[in-house]
Formats: sequence, structure tokens, C-alpha cells
Amino acid sequence: MADVAPPSLLRLEGITRRFGAVTALDRVDVSFRRGEVHALVGENGAGKSTLVKIMTGAYRRDDGEMFLDGAAVNFQTPAEAQAAGICAVHQEVHLLGMRTVAENLFLGREPLRWGLVDWRTMMHDARVLLDDLGLDIDPAATLSHISVARQQMVAIARGVSLGASLLVLDEPTSSLAEREVVILFDLIARLRARGTSIVYISHRLDEIYTVCDRVTVLRDGKLVATRSLDGLERIDLICLMLGKSREALRLGATAFGGRHAAAANVEPLLRARSIAFAPRLRDVSLDVQKGEIVGVAGLLGSGRSETAQVLFGTAKSTAGSMFMNGAPYAPGSPRDAMRAGIGFVSEDRKADGIIPELSVRENLTLAALPLFTKFGIVSRVRQMAIVDRYMSRLGIRASSADQNIRELSGGNQQKVLLARWLCTDPELLILDEPTRGIDIGARGEIQRLVNELAESGLGVLMISSELEELVEGCSRVVVLRDGRTVAELQGDGVSEHAIVHAMAETAL
Amino acid sequence: MNLRRVALSREYAALAVLVVLVLLNSLFTPHFATVSNLWNILLQLAPVLIVALGMTFVIATGGVDLSVGSVMAIGAAIAAVLMERGVVIAVGAALVGAALIGVLNGSMIASLRVQPIVVTLATLIGGRGLAQIISNNGELMTVSNAAFLEIGRGSFAAVPVPVLLALVATALAMFALRAMTIGRYVLAAGGNARAARLSGVPVRRTLVTVYAASAFLAAVAGLIMAARLGASDAAKIGQNMELDAIAAVVVGGTALSGGRATVAGTVVGALLMQVIATSLNMLLVPYAWSLAIKAVIILVAVFLQRPARA
Repeated sequence: MADVAPPSLLRLEGITRRFGAVTALDRVDVSFRRGEVHALVGENGAGKSTLVKIMTGAYRRDDGEMFLDGAAVNFQTPAEAQAAGICAVHQEVHLLGMRTVAENLFLGREPLRWGLVDWRTMMHDARVLLDDLGLDIDPAATLSHISVARQQMVAIARGVSLGASLLVLDEPTSSLAEREVVILFDLIARLRARGTSIVYISHRLDEIYTVCDRVTVLRDGKLVATRSLDGLERIDLICLMLGKSREALRLGATAFGGRHAAAANVEPLLRARSIAFAPRLRDVSLDVQKGEIVGVAGLLGSGRSETAQVLFGTAKSTAGSMFMNGAPYAPGSPRDAMRAGIGFVSEDRKADGIIPELSVRENLTLAALPLFTKFGIVSRVRQMAIVDRYMSRLGIRASSADQNIRELSGGNQQKVLLARWLCTDPELLILDEPTRGIDIGARGEIQRLVNELAESGLGVLMISSELEELVEGCSRVVVLRDGRTVAELQGDGVSEHAIVHAMAETAL
Repeated sequence: MNLRRVALSREYAALAVLVVLVLLNSLFTPHFATVSNLWNILLQLAPVLIVALGMTFVIATGGVDLSVGSVMAIGAAIAAVLMERGVVIAVGAALVGAALIGVLNGSMIASLRVQPIVVTLATLIGGRGLAQIISNNGELMTVSNAAFLEIGRGSFAAVPVPVLLALVATALAMFALRAMTIGRYVLAAGGNARAARLSGVPVRRTLVTVYAASAFLAAVAGLIMAARLGASDAAKIGQNMELDAIAAVVVGGTALSGGRATVAGTVVGALLMQVIATSLNMLLVPYAWSLAIKAVIILVAVFLQRPARA
């Protein structure tokens, strides 16, 4: 950089961190200036949280150097980082919900008098601290009784009182209502005016543009760029996050035609109108026809997964309406969704998909068990027939159907989960990031399979953060931003360029 | 696979300890390896095993049922009070009444999301009281109905009825685990409840069924004890049974974390505990010391089958 940059408070050089064979951070350079609000952005797996954990002493780095005020530092524990003035406030507040605000503020350093906790001094100091930050919070209130936003303020106030010169806020607004966000932004402005540096992690572009001065973009563990937000167009920021250049977007627009939409004017298989689920999902509408693959695009936190949750009955929509085959549809549980002919492969294979102690066979047939059960007794013959059919059709590679599912590769586990739904013979399949974390070979196989299924009449709703996947696979793409449908692209209109544009538009 | 590896492998650890104990006892404990003593061991084993089978399923869901001992007493008390109306009604009411308590346990755990240990601790305490209320404030109620006494004392084709009941229960438990949907649902709910729910597994119904089955089996064990004693003793029947049953299940290799279950393991675990108790008794080891030895053997068996860590 040519201009003379203000001195940095914390400078990271060549930070590298590996987990086994995976390089989570690869020679990342970034510096945080005194009194700036610095956004840290990137899609899943970009390395944001690893970087933060290294800065705050929770992880050790494998390589690279850190300088605080020009002096090399090497934190071994979060306590050391805190003592040096670097403090993280996490998405979920890491404080004691059953204790008072004051106790939380002074946890581990309670004012003592004759060896006993001096409650009066603690309350007094807490009130001074909160007043000083302009926070209207009662220090005697039990923490879990005040709103999440206020709990977060308490966590921030704690950091400030520990003498933090750099605060890391990790998705601070993810569970806040809009009104509470304003209060948080006020606090951030006040802290910045005092010279405190803030690292702000968020997926919400509007927020980043509102409160941040500069932004650092990470992708796949590498530094993409650090830019001043002043004069950086949104579309350029999104391109940085997705690893695309603007020129490539334009070229890509015509490279893949996209399949044409199924016959219009037919009652769609699934129709959702203005569904909502606070706080992430505000107003989403979409249709899926028989035999059609509809894509759902959006940045992290835009309401993609919440849309799937509402459609599959794990979250109850608080507004709008849904129809399956023209009939009103309001699932109260996944079982209701299954009865309506819907299957769902979740984004998190490990937490929501596989049953770790069971075999491939039992995992594959879990959802379809009632189909070949009489008087509670499973027909082993029919179960094996189904397992054999799907293992060969999907090319599931396991030593046998009895192999424990944990021993399979990610791609093969994903195929088992796909098969779990296919053997229930659904009309609509919801796929949330169907190819994430899967090797390239299996990825191609799964994409081909989804295509075949759609051709044979299955409706598919595919949520993906891979633009290529959406553009190549989908006849229509619904773009979400901040929990709202902001665009619906069709046929030749489906292009990476159009998707990114829709993601970038300023909310009005 | 050579014998040494089989003996040291996790699945067979409890079996290996059992075999060693039986061999040592046969050599060194007078009268251990006699037909009458072996029948005696099986007879003593039957009620514990029956309760432990239900407990196996409960633990496989990631829960625990502390109320089984109290439910045994309730079953015995109901049967004793109703015996004058005929043995069929008495036994039927005891089994149904107990199962209802299990349904209550399961419903509170599944629907109110209270922890199993808390819910069944409450039924452990309240159930013991209920059993004494049923039996006229804890009176010892003698039972003389000959047909009923057969449950504890009779035999069929030379096999004592309690042993027969335990065998039938074991066979049913194995069948349920291997061939029925409920077995899959139990393992799925215990292994990954979120994934199970997302796959349409009726997790709540499964939990209610499992706790009901556990209580039903506890009542069967309670009836065996009452028939053997010839009386319902509401304050004593089934005392500490929950601990023996949990020990048998854990020693047998069913993980407390849920998602795994082995009926054969539970049989081995229950046998192991019974062999230890009987042999120490025969060796005239004071009861207090035998408890300490039991504790060591539980820890050794569980240590041998701890999950391999990388």
C-alpha cells in the first residue's frame, strides 16, 4: 500500500494453522488499526473462527507471527490474550445465566473485603461501568432474565472493564431483533470513539456497511483481500467472498444454459408464500414444480437453511401459507412433512443425518421402515432387497450393508442419506448443501443422480452456496437476502452474475 | 483371530471375566460346580436379569430407569391386595398398573423434556410410598394362592418357572432389538435423536414404549419375588434392584451414552454379577467385603471395554 497507514494495534503475519491434513489457515496477513471497526467475512470454512481463536489464544498457530503494538506476542491461553487486551465476545454469550449482571461483570476478580465478596462495591462498580458505556442495565438483574441483546452488552462491558483494546464480536446480531441492533451499533460507535478496535464478524452486508471501516475477506483459509469499505461496491465485496472476478461472472453467464422450466400454469407441487420464522426468516416465497430442480441461493445467514426447516416441519412458520399439490400444508413435525411426500437431506450430515452406531443398512432404511414392517416386525428380506437396490443404484461403496456408517467416506455417507429418502418414494426432495465436504468424484455422482431423479418426475429444492452448482443444475433459482426472497431467476436468466447481483442489492 | 485377541477385545471382555471366574470357582470353591448350585445361581439371577433387559433398552435410548425397584414392590402389592379376586385378575392388574407407571415416566421424559434420572428418581421415591399405601400402609401381606406361588417356586420340565420367564424375556428382547422397528427406533433415538426425528422416527412414542416395557418387566420380577417369599413386603421387595440392573447392563457392554445395546451382553453381565455374589457367599467372605470386590470387578469389566481412543 502506498499511503501511510495508521499504526496497527494488532498485526498478524503469515498465520498458518493445520488440522491434520486440512489447512484451515494458509499464510494469512492482516492488521487491525487502533480505533477501527474491521469486518471479517467469508463463507463457511473460510477460516474466520480459526483466525479469531488464534488471535485470542484459544488455538496455537503452526506458523506465522503476531505483533501487538509492534511487539511480538505469543498467547498460550485465552487468559493471556485477555491480559494483553484482546477479548472475544461469542455468538452465544459465555456467561453465567443464573447469576446477576454485576457478578458476571466481575467474575473471577470479585472485589473482596476481609476475604469475603464485597457486594456493595461490586454493585457500585458495575453501575459505574455500565453508565460509562451508556448502557441502561440493572446490575442486580439476573443475567438470563434480560434480553439476549443486553446479555451481549454485558459481555462487551466485561471485555471493556478487563481493559480490552481489541474486541472481537462474532456474529453479534445473529440473535438480535432490529431494534436491539441499533443499541448495539450505538455501543460500537462509542467504543470506537474511545479508541477501542473492533473485529466484527458478520454475514450481513447491510450491517458491515453501516458500522465497519475496513473489511478483510477470507476464502478457503486464505486471505483474499483487505479493503476500505468506503468506495467498495457491494457486488465487488460479494465477488471477493465467493472467489469470483466480475469479468468471470459475465463470461459465466452464457456458459451454462440451464434447463428450461417445467410447464407453467400447472399447480405447483410445492407453493410457499411469505413464510417467516423469526429472526432469520422474514418473507420467503417459492414454487417447485414436478420434475424441476429449484435452487435457493443466498449468503450465509440469509435464511437458506431456515427455509428448509419451515418446509420440513422442524420450525413452524409464523406467517404466510404453504401448499402441497394444491392442498394447504402446515407441517408440525418431520413426520407430517414425510406424509405429505417430502424428504430432506440436511446440511449437517453428522448432527442431523447419520445415526453413528448403526450400520449402512439400518441408516439407509430408517425413514422407510414402516413400509416393510408388519406388526412391528421388519421384513429382513424386503429390507435387504431395498438396501441392495439403492446401494447399487447410487454406487454406495461399503464393505457390506452391515458396515458401520461412520467408517464410510463423506460422499458415501451422503449417498446413504439420499437413499434413506429415495426409498420412501417422495414427491419433493429438499437438499441442503448436498455436495458440501464431499470429494469431487462423489460430488459429480450425486449431481448426476439428482438430475436423473428430477427427470423422472421428482421435485427438488436445492440449497447451495456453490454458484456453479445452482447455475448448472437448476431451472430456476430463488435468491434470498436477510430472510427475504429478493429475486427469482429463470431459464436463461439464471447466471452467476444475476445471482450475485441479487445478493448484493441494498435492502430498501 | 487368535484366542488372546478375542479375550481382550472389548465385546468379549465381560464374557472373558465370567469364564475365568467360573473356572476359578469350579477349581477352588467347594460345591460350586454342582448341579444344584448352578440352578440356584440361575434362580437368583432371574429377577435381576428380567429387570436388566428392560434397563438395556432404556439405557440404549440414552436414559436410565431408577424406578424399577419401586415398581417391583408396586406390582407385588397390587397382586397381593387383589389375590382374593383370583390369580389372573391379580397378576393382570399388577402388570397393567406397573406398565402405566412406565407410561407416566416415558411421557414426562419425552414430552416435558425432564431428564430421565430426575423423573425416575421421583417415581423411585413416590413408587415406594405408593406400594406401601396399596398394601395397607406397608403391612406384610402373605399370599397363599397356590397357582400364584408357582410363579416363584414351580418348575416346568425341570426348569424353574422364574428361569423360564427370564429365558422368554431374553428371547423377546433379542427379537425386538434385531427384528422389530422398535429396536431400530431405540438405537436411532439414543444414537442421534435429532437425526432420528428428521427421519420420521416417532421418538416420543419410542421413549414411552421403552419405559413402559421396563416397568412391565420390573413388575414381572416383583411377582417372582413375592411368589418366592409367599408375601408382598412393600418396604423391601426390589430394594436397590435399579443399581444391580444398571450394573449388569453396563458390565455387559451397553454404553450409558445411548445408541448401542447388547442383550447377550446384559445376560453375561447379570450372570457375572450373580456368580460373584454366590461364590463370595460360598467362600464365606463377609457381605461388606463382597461389595468391595463386586465394585472392583465392575470397574475392571467396564475398563476393559472402554471405547478405543485415538
